[in-house]
Amino acid sequence: MANLIATTDICTYHDVEYTFINSLGEAGLVEVKVVKKNTFIPETELQKLEKMIRMHRELEINVAGIEAIIHLLDRVEQMQEEMRLLRNRHI
Amino acid sequence: MAFIDYYQVLGVDKKASEKDIKNAYRKLARKYHPDLNPNDAEAHKKFQQLNEANEVLSDPDKRKKYDQYGENWQHGAEYEQARQQQSRQQAGASGGGQFSGFEGFGGDNFSDFFQSMFGGSGARGSKQSKYRGQDINTELHLSLKEAAETHKQAFTVNGKNIRITIPAGVENGQNIKIAGHGGPGANGGPAGDLYITFLIAEDPKFKRSGSDLYCNVKLDVYTAVLGGEVTVDTLNSKVKIKVKPETQNGTKVKLKGKGLPLYKKENQFGDLYITYDIQIPVNLTDKQRKLFEELREESK
Repeated sequence: MANLIATTDICTYHDVEYTFINSLGEAGLVEVKVVKKNTFIPETELQKLEKMIRMHRELEINVAGIEAIIHLLDRVEQMQEEMRLLRNRHI
Repeated sequence: MAFIDYYQVLGVDKKASEKDIKNAYRKLARKYHPDLNPNDAEAHKKFQQLNEANEVLSDPDKRKKYDQYGENWQHGAEYEQARQQQSRQQAGASGGGQFSGFEGFGGDNFSDFFQSMFGGSGARGSKQSKYRGQDINTELHLSLKEAAETHKQAFTVNGKNIRITIPAGVENGQNIKIAGHGGPGANGGPAGDLYITFLIAEDPKFKRSGSDLYCNVKLDVYTAVLGGEVTVDTLNSKVKIKVKPETQNGTKVKLKGKGLPLYKKENQFGDLYITYDIQIPVNLTDKQRKLFEELREESK
């Protein structure tokens, strides 16, 4: 089982509102675990979460915008991977 | 060292207001931010230039200096003075206000032009990649009583003394991250993080479930039958509670708010659940035996 990090710690460290992380969780963008009425983020989700926090704080992008970006980035990544495979096939 | 037209980088004219500059920067930063352009070296470079341009144009003093000397920066003693003054004022300056989206966008990575005009940490030297230091995991053992109180604790990791405040109510197995206290970075990269896992030893008296505590309380048969009072140990004190007449063995009683504090929630506590363990008397005196026999006859 992945180590869990309390969302309160993340909020304090990154100076973000809990509601923001909660909204990301509700949008399915990050896994939020509830243990004994406290919320935690699996350590494996931290890098992804910190990227979204940066988008929010540095670029003033809201949760809906982040959701769209993450989906598009996933698609870009998939397409890049396909391109890489196709290129390799032609070599 | 080539002159850099920061206005051109941000796509604004020289009369642009602070707001225009901020807007232009935000717009372009959204386009070239490293998180939005993974594995795109060109975008990363562009983003770095944007940060540099914003660093100069969003700061009235720097902008004034830039506007004043601009393209003629190589020909003026003023530049050298400015550079030296800046160096003194902000040794190792990193561009305040620029984004941190990608490691290496600090002042160290600004152009030679910027360094020469506004100072900086100097030794830019080679373009070696910066590497973040390793994360370090460590364990911290606490007793249940220690976990129940906010307290400071010092310990040594990797030869460094670290003092942290442990909030009351910390869970067994809970992790916290202390940024920058991991292994040192390479080539000027940031240090890794320290992850601490709290391991809370089992208490001989109390069992824990979240913020609730559970324990058994011995109760003599007379108090159980007739009712009375019993003194119960909580984690940090004692409380006197009333026992109802005819209390059965295994009866559970909740003592509200006598459990552990809730993690990072001030003045909120879990509950203490006690289970009565009724003790049957032994080594009865003749009189006691006789009275019990009478009781038996009476209850037939």
